[in-house]
Amino acid sequence: MSGPSTYVPQTGFTRWLDARLPIVRLAHDSFVAYPTPRNLNYWYTFGAILSMMLVVQIITGVVLAMHYVASTGVHTGGYSSIAFASVQRIDRDVPYGWLIQNIHSVGASMFFIAVYVHMFRGLYYGSYKAPREVLWILGCLIYLLMVATAFLGYTLPWGQMSFWGATVITNLLGAVPVVGESIKNWLMGGFSIDNPTLNRFFSLHYLLPFVIAGVTVLHVWALHVTGQNNPAGVPVKSAEDTVPFTPYATMKDAFAVVLFMLMFAAFVFFLPDALGHTDNYIPANPLVTPAHIVPEWYLLPFYAILRAIDFNVGPIDSKLGGVILMFAAIAVLFVLPWLDTSSVRSMRYRPIARICFVIFVVVSIALGWAGAQNPSLVLNPVEYRADLNWAQGGALRVAEVQVSDPGQMDAAIEASTKELTDAGASYTYVARESGTRATVSGLVGGEMQTQTVSAHSTDELEEAVATAKQGVGAPIVEVARHTPFEFTVTRLAQLLTAYYFAFFLIILPLLGLRETPGRVPDTIAKAVLSRQPKTAGAEA
Amino acid sequence: MDIQETRVAEATAGAHGAPEQDEGKSRRDFIFVATGAVAAVGAAMTVWPFIDQMNPAADTKALSTTEVDLSALQEGQQIVVTWQGKPVFVRRRTPSEIAAAQRDDFAQLKDPETDMARLVQANGEAGKPETLILQAACTHLGCIPTFAEGAYGGWLCACHGSQYDTSGRIRRGPAPKNLLIAPYVYLTDTSIRIG
Ligand code: HEM
Ligand code: FES
Repeated sequence: MSGPSTYVPQTGFTRWLDARLPIVRLAHDSFVAYPTPRNLNYWYTFGAILSMMLVVQIITGVVLAMHYVASTGVHTGGYSSIAFASVQRIDRDVPYGWLIQNIHSVGASMFFIAVYVHMFRGLYYGSYKAPREVLWILGCLIYLLMVATAFLGYTLPWGQMSFWGATVITNLLGAVPVVGESIKNWLMGGFSIDNPTLNRFFSLHYLLPFVIAGVTVLHVWALHVTGQNNPAGVPVKSAEDTVPFTPYATMKDAFAVVLFMLMFAAFVFFLPDALGHTDNYIPANPLVTPAHIVPEWYLLPFYAILRAIDFNVGPIDSKLGGVILMFAAIAVLFVLPWLDTSSVRSMRYRPIARICFVIFVVVSIALGWAGAQNPSLVLNPVEYRADLNWAQGGALRVAEVQVSDPGQMDAAIEASTKELTDAGASYTYVARESGTRATVSGLVGGEMQTQTVSAHSTDELEEAVATAKQGVGAPIVEVARHTPFEFTVTRLAQLLTAYYFAFFLIILPLLGLRETPGRVPDTIAKAVLSRQPKTAGAEA
Repeated sequence: MDIQETRVAEATAGAHGAPEQDEGKSRRDFIFVATGAVAAVGAAMTVWPFIDQMNPAADTKALSTTEVDLSALQEGQQIVVTWQGKPVFVRRRTPSEIAAAQRDDFAQLKDPETDMARLVQANGEAGKPETLILQAACTHLGCIPTFAEGAYGGWLCACHGSQYDTSGRIRRGPAPKNLLIAPYVYLTDTSIRIG
């Protein structure tokens, strides 16, 4: 795509260097003369923003590592955490530590905002399709490494969320059959999250950003081999369809970076904790779990998918199922180039796919919302009802059931119940005292009565039932509770998860085979710029 | 055939004919495979220490035990002690909690176990029904449940809503297993050792 090099060394030194290490030539061809499509919009500036964010995280991170101490301290009744204290020291005592720490912790969120925009951009404009599959896969790999890095980094301040987030995530591995427990202990370096865990997490948190930097080089290399895609999705036809990287893309990227930094700075200076959790200002306590554990916002959609599976599927229990699906949600991105069957790249020209894409974005955000909620929160207005049944008048008969083998219990109870019904009991009630003892009560004669109570929550219902029972005063009151349809956050997350996977596994593969693409205007499909103005005018 | 091989083949072909050529080739193949095999084993042996170093170290693994004095524990009271860095609930149950646990021995359980079986000491002897010793970590993803919440009178894990009964058995929610029993033995009537 870049074509033959246009670099001409100007000075004696650069000529000398160019013959020995053509590094200036490489930079010139990649970032100055490199042809970029004319029609790139601002969604295409997020690559530059991401590069900047990586540099920001590495620089601030290296500085933080000069002051941070990865040690949990000793557990003596209370918990004195050296790691927690060292981050507090950075914030309070180290010169400009507050600034650098805020940049790093807010930076992680900004990094993810940028990467999500970048990824959705790629999805919309079909940037994952041939010939850019490797470019896309390298991007997915960078995203995966970012997730790992951010997870590891979040444990370092050793607050309550750090500790319990790490506990929950390492426990996910325990779901793997047979070897899960060993892998878990291997990762933690002990039987629980403790000092060995913190130390290795710090080591890896320091390492991974440099791995990301390495993969980023491959990512940009792949980009420069295939050339950039563009909002029309139509490959550039001639040199006139492109402009040189410098000054055009450089300036546009720089402008976008400045705008992004304005938002970044607003958070750093005015809302440094807005994207985090207050619980992380409580030092880690292995004996008390915070009431509501949630990961950082950027991992919430995956957390929602993890929790959506609350049922077993054959040999796969709910826990393993959730873990599999969560990893599958990322894995599916890697094979996307082969799932989408449409040869039209840009969704601008795929009217139906475009609608599905918009729904997909909404679904992803809704998954994030669901991940932050209490999973059993009921979303629809429901009325809980219970029927109280009792008998007015009549005679009460009680039979004691006692067996020696618990296996015979059910049969004995049944026999006893039958005896009572045969004796004319219109209503029987079984109270089990243990595996081998029970009382069976039966009511002979009397008239059945029913009363219905209702409430807006299960707690209120129980209260109402208790009051109603007292009012009735009969010896046996049977309570039949009706479970109304509850649309919980878990159900919502299940629907959203279904769409997430359907988008990749059903919609994109099938739609590509059936849809009629919108018409690409000739001004885009043909290399109009390289023609005579007369011809172009005639076509318009 | 690489260059060197060609040269050797030519030299031998002239003097001794085809059979020698085959022999030379299979000898090289053998050396090639043997070298590869040694290198692979060597690589695996070098990698192993770098993997194994992440496993729990000897001091972490050293069988740590925790002794707990139960004399001050009142009925209906629960203390949390740590064993191998993990929290353990020691709960002195009330008669009604015990009764509730035994009554549900044969109820529909996700991980069926009788209350009696959950009281057995590490040495196989029966425990005391009033003292329940549980590893506190929720069997779902390891949060610490709180007592006296949920519909079964036992523990509720706030993380993803698992509910345990007064015997620590899983009754509702995503957790797959009952709360684990910590391995304990009575040292005296009022003290136990965990581990
Ligand atoms: C891919 C780039 C990176 C990401 C996404 C990232 C993410 C994070 C996150 C989310 C935290 C927790 C911040 C908090 O809650 O206070 C953190 C902390 C930390 N990170 Fe990074 N990080 C990155 C690169 C680095 C690098 C390159 C280093 C060092 C060489 C580093 C060193 C640290 C240190 C020492 C802490 C603990 C101090 C603190 O909490 O502020 N990070 N990182
Ligand atoms: S960790 Fe207890 S329910 Fe998930």
